[in-house]
Amino acid sequence: MMFEVSNMSFALPEIFMLVMACVILLVLAIRGDKGINSIYVLSQISLIATALIIYQSIGSGSGLSFDGTYIKDTLSNVLKLAICLINVFVLLYASSYLKARSLFKGEFYVLALFSTLGMMIMASAYHFLTLYLGLELMSLCLYAMVAMQRDSAVATEAAMKYFILGALASGMLLYGMSIIYGVTGSLAIADIAQALQTQEIDQTVLSFGLVFLLIGIGFKLGAVPFHMWLPDVYHGAPTAMTLFIATAPKIAAFAMAIRLLVDGLGEGQAYWQDMAIMLSVLSMIIGNVVAIAQTNLKRMLAYSTISHVGFILLGVLSGTAQGYSAAMFYVLVYSLMSLGGFGMIILMSRQGFEADNIDDFKGLSQRSPWFALMMLILMFSMAGIPPLAGFYAKFAVINSVVEVGLVPIAIVAVVMSVIGAFYYLRVIKVMYFDKPSDQNILQAPKDMQIAISVNALLVLALGVSPGALMAICAITFS
Amino acid sequence: MIALSDCLIVGALLFSLSVVGIFINRKNIIILLMCIELMLLAVNLNFIAFSHFSGDIAGQVFVFFILTVAAAEAAIGLAILVVLFRNLSTINVSELDSLKG
Repeated sequence: MMFEVSNMSFALPEIFMLVMACVILLVLAIRGDKGINSIYVLSQISLIATALIIYQSIGSGSGLSFDGTYIKDTLSNVLKLAICLINVFVLLYASSYLKARSLFKGEFYVLALFSTLGMMIMASAYHFLTLYLGLELMSLCLYAMVAMQRDSAVATEAAMKYFILGALASGMLLYGMSIIYGVTGSLAIADIAQALQTQEIDQTVLSFGLVFLLIGIGFKLGAVPFHMWLPDVYHGAPTAMTLFIATAPKIAAFAMAIRLLVDGLGEGQAYWQDMAIMLSVLSMIIGNVVAIAQTNLKRMLAYSTISHVGFILLGVLSGTAQGYSAAMFYVLVYSLMSLGGFGMIILMSRQGFEADNIDDFKGLSQRSPWFALMMLILMFSMAGIPPLAGFYAKFAVINSVVEVGLVPIAIVAVVMSVIGAFYYLRVIKVMYFDKPSDQNILQAPKDMQIAISVNALLVLALGVSPGALMAICAITFS
Repeated sequence: MIALSDCLIVGALLFSLSVVGIFINRKNIIILLMCIELMLLAVNLNFIAFSHFSGDIAGQVFVFFILTVAAAEAAIGLAILVVLFRNLSTINVSELDSLKG
């Protein structure tokens, strides 16, 4: 086994992120909370610089490194770039929320950067070990982040639930990995794919392992029936933390699903497809139906996330390159929409007031016509109304399942997105046709107002011309 | 001589015990944390058994990493437990019910 220095460059973004996270930890240790503003600026700089490093490295070769445990390909490049850029917005939104609640502390930024590092490792992992370590690095930071508001009973309760179910999910995933390791004799994803093609594999044991693997993925994505943690955590956690959990980690979980199910166990597609269909259909039904009954906007968006996860799985289960690229497009658009949705809640909140009930949006069009329009764009996009990005995402995944002949599932998906439109439209109705109960003007800082406008307009722009992003997604799986 | 299947059966039993423990235990969160540890140890047993019988060392290396991560996980879990106890003055699982809907 030769150690080649040149391969280190494949992991340059992660190495840079790790160094920056450690530097920020040092700054925090030396200056304490006096240096909080420099810590914030440093974290933003490191995210943007990491994004630039990833962008620079796109043309410079791809392949395996670190003895086959690590991969640099189009999928990892695009997803890592998206993770970094989305987290730039997340930190920007979060800072105004945290400042108003004496949560503006260095720990948040250190945890956010380490968690981002974990997500990037997940996107590049090509070995069960690296995948597991990336997953745990991400999850452990998220558990701590949810519990950061130490004096809040609901936040700590949410953290405990998140921790227990997250650890259970990791355990399930590991058990699945151990079974797959047993039947294929390898932990490297490339070797597993090869073993499935060439060796005689005991199919019963393989599908036994696959069940556990899929349960683990379902937990991390939040698919029904493994979704119990999602509404509670989204509701209980401080909105800034909910925003963080709801966006980039979903991209990382998607990367994990693709690496395991497609790159590793693509040959066993016949076994996992049925299970994925069940997860997907149940997620779409439960997510959309239960969301109707919610009065808390964070909880409603949590159930809407569950239904979006159902749609993402729809693309994955089709088993074609077209389906995978549609799912990838969906997950990128989803995280952008969810970024905007939770961003709006933060924008409406102020010191001592959480705008997390749907009623808090009453008459927003009279208080602030511009942000009512932004929320309208985001809600219409989540509902899948053309010409917004959410429509093309839904269209692409439904199209991909029709192509492989799974028409009944496509029908369920369409019916469920119609039912789903109801609760998104209710938010719009409340904003435009109800009298405002709260006359305070919006107090969010200017940079946040600009960022959220850019965010919503990006959703609109992606809807008007989805071609570029769709082409990138198509290249990834060609 | 212990066969591979014996190890796997013990692993599966421990794993099911821990999953059942997580779901039927309504009393004490510390027992939940113990169940999670037990679950990871059951997985370790599986990895070691497969690794030993196939002569491939990678599975045993994986076990070291799982043990390390499990330690970190226990630290975070207990930290959250302490914060939770300060807020609620109870570690009863059935009283963790303020989030519903």
